Amino acid sequence: MDFPEELKYTEEHEWVLLEGDLVSIGITDFAQDQLGDVVFVELPEVGDRVELGKAFGVVESVKAVSDIYAPLAGEVVEVNTELPDAPEMINTSPYEDGWMIRIKPDDPSELEELMDASDYQDFVEEE
Amino acid sequence: MRYLPHSDLEIQSMLKTIGVEQLEELFIGIPENCRLPRALDLDGPLAEAELLRRFQSMAAANAADDSWSQFLGGGYYDHHIPAVIDHLISRSEFYTAYTPYQPEISQGTLQAIYEFQTLICQLTGLDVANASLYDGASACAEAVLMSLRCGRNRTKILLSRGVHPRYREVIATYVRYLDVELIEVPLRADGQTDEKLVAELLAADVAALVVGYPNYLGVVEEIDALAKLAHSSGARMLVAAAEPLAMALYRSPGELGADIVVGEGQSFGLPLTYGGPGVGFIAARQQDMRSLPGRLVGETVDKDGERGFVLTLATREQHIRREKATSNICSNQGICAVMVSIYLALLGKNGLPQLARDNYSRAAYLREQIAALPGYSLPFSAPFFNEFVVSCSQPAAEVLQRLEQQKILAGISLLDDYPEIKNGLLICVTEQNDRAQLDGLVSALNGGAA
Repeated sequence: MDFPEELKYTEEHEWVLLEGDLVSIGITDFAQDQLGDVVFVELPEVGDRVELGKAFGVVESVKAVSDIYAPLAGEVVEVNTELPDAPEMINTSPYEDGWMIRIKPDDPSELEELMDASDYQDFVEEE
Repeated sequence: MRYLPHSDLEIQSMLKTIGVEQLEELFIGIPENCRLPRALDLDGPLAEAELLRRFQSMAAANAADDSWSQFLGGGYYDHHIPAVIDHLISRSEFYTAYTPYQPEISQGTLQAIYEFQTLICQLTGLDVANASLYDGASACAEAVLMSLRCGRNRTKILLSRGVHPRYREVIATYVRYLDVELIEVPLRADGQTDEKLVAELLAADVAALVVGYPNYLGVVEEIDALAKLAHSSGARMLVAAAEPLAMALYRSPGELGADIVVGEGQSFGLPLTYGGPGVGFIAARQQDMRSLPGRLVGETVDKDGERGFVLTLATREQHIRREKATSNICSNQGICAVMVSIYLALLGKNGLPQLARDNYSRAAYLREQIAALPGYSLPFSAPFFNEFVVSCSQPAAEVLQRLEQQKILAGISLLDDYPEIKNGLLICVTEQNDRAQLDGLVSALNGGAA
């Protein structure tokens, strides 16, 4: 189970990476492991708005369907267009090839509300 | 199971157990004006032979015996039903089968449904079909919801006035509490959906254009031109077929550019039974597969590599996805879908087009004969299939009443649904109407004997 230090985490098992003034979002290694083989992803379109705590997409595995929640509010500036055709990348590379969207956050300070790697690791162990 | 109703004594003891004095108290949840204030007016018990005679004499009052001829279409069609259908579906493996959730014990049912899906795809010219829906009208409404799911943020539906009026009512019911606007597209003078108006009404917020195939007035629509228009503004082309036998004569809606095709499968082996049960079908393109409502059966292989069938993509459905499901439909019309499969497989690639041509030529003959009569005219010039509209010189209801005296059900009056058509009468012809019946109708319309 992998918990990269440079990322922030949510209780809904999304990871967040701040790069310049943009934020990349995906689901964690723990989340993909719980879901099992991912077969389908539904993502927003560039230009859509995502709202803090609201679902922005759906990830479907062979055993369940889960919403993906926005860790912070903002506008979608990029979407991983390779994911719909290769959703298994979420299983094989959740933190890199499996990234889902990049957003321009309304308020980057919302990041401070999120967990760091060790907090998230503790959180997962309690789950 | 004993077919004996509860005795008074049993009823009293059950009421006592649940602490209720009167049976009527169990119905207080039903508004008083909906309750029958008296006991049902039923005669006493009869012996089996007497009972049969009683029901036979009641049934004899129906206009259903061989001495009547009928030309009623309007969404339900009187086609011949091969005897083998009843025989096969009477097998308990089919008619007592429950939902095939467990593939280990449901291979027969699953394969029958898979064949249904395959046949519907071949018929409609599309990629994927579901395991069936309740009927044509609800299938059409489900398809409208599907087009709204596919066309993110699009909230308008263009609905041709030619779509079956009952289908349009059901669609309106389904979207009543949604943020959706239904916009009716009028018909041109020739009976086809007005393309110019479609082009004007199409916009970036239109999710689908819905047209009939043929439309309710029997008219064959220019699906290809309409589909091109719809696609140019990013809308789905949705085609609703109340008489899908037309697909065996004309090019399939899928070939013509339709994205979603729905319809009523009653024409394929189901009896009329006063308008139900029917069987709805829905087919779509691969790109929209995950937005399909209802159940889907897929083909796969088992651990030994042998072909088998399973319910697939179930994550779209309500029992998994809850409020985010594509539909609240988690069922299908199992036995009716099997009847359709048997019918289509029986007639096959050659039989079905032959039957469709037969329907068309009988209808064309009758249409020509009626058009030549004084006092009758054809309001629509566009191509048709097995149904057409006649304008009469007196109200259609009066014509119908007069012909009933001669044991002819001559068609459906269009007064309520299409008052703009002068004394409109919708006449349907199938392979069940022989030459004598066709000539009899012409003669009766002309004021003579049938």
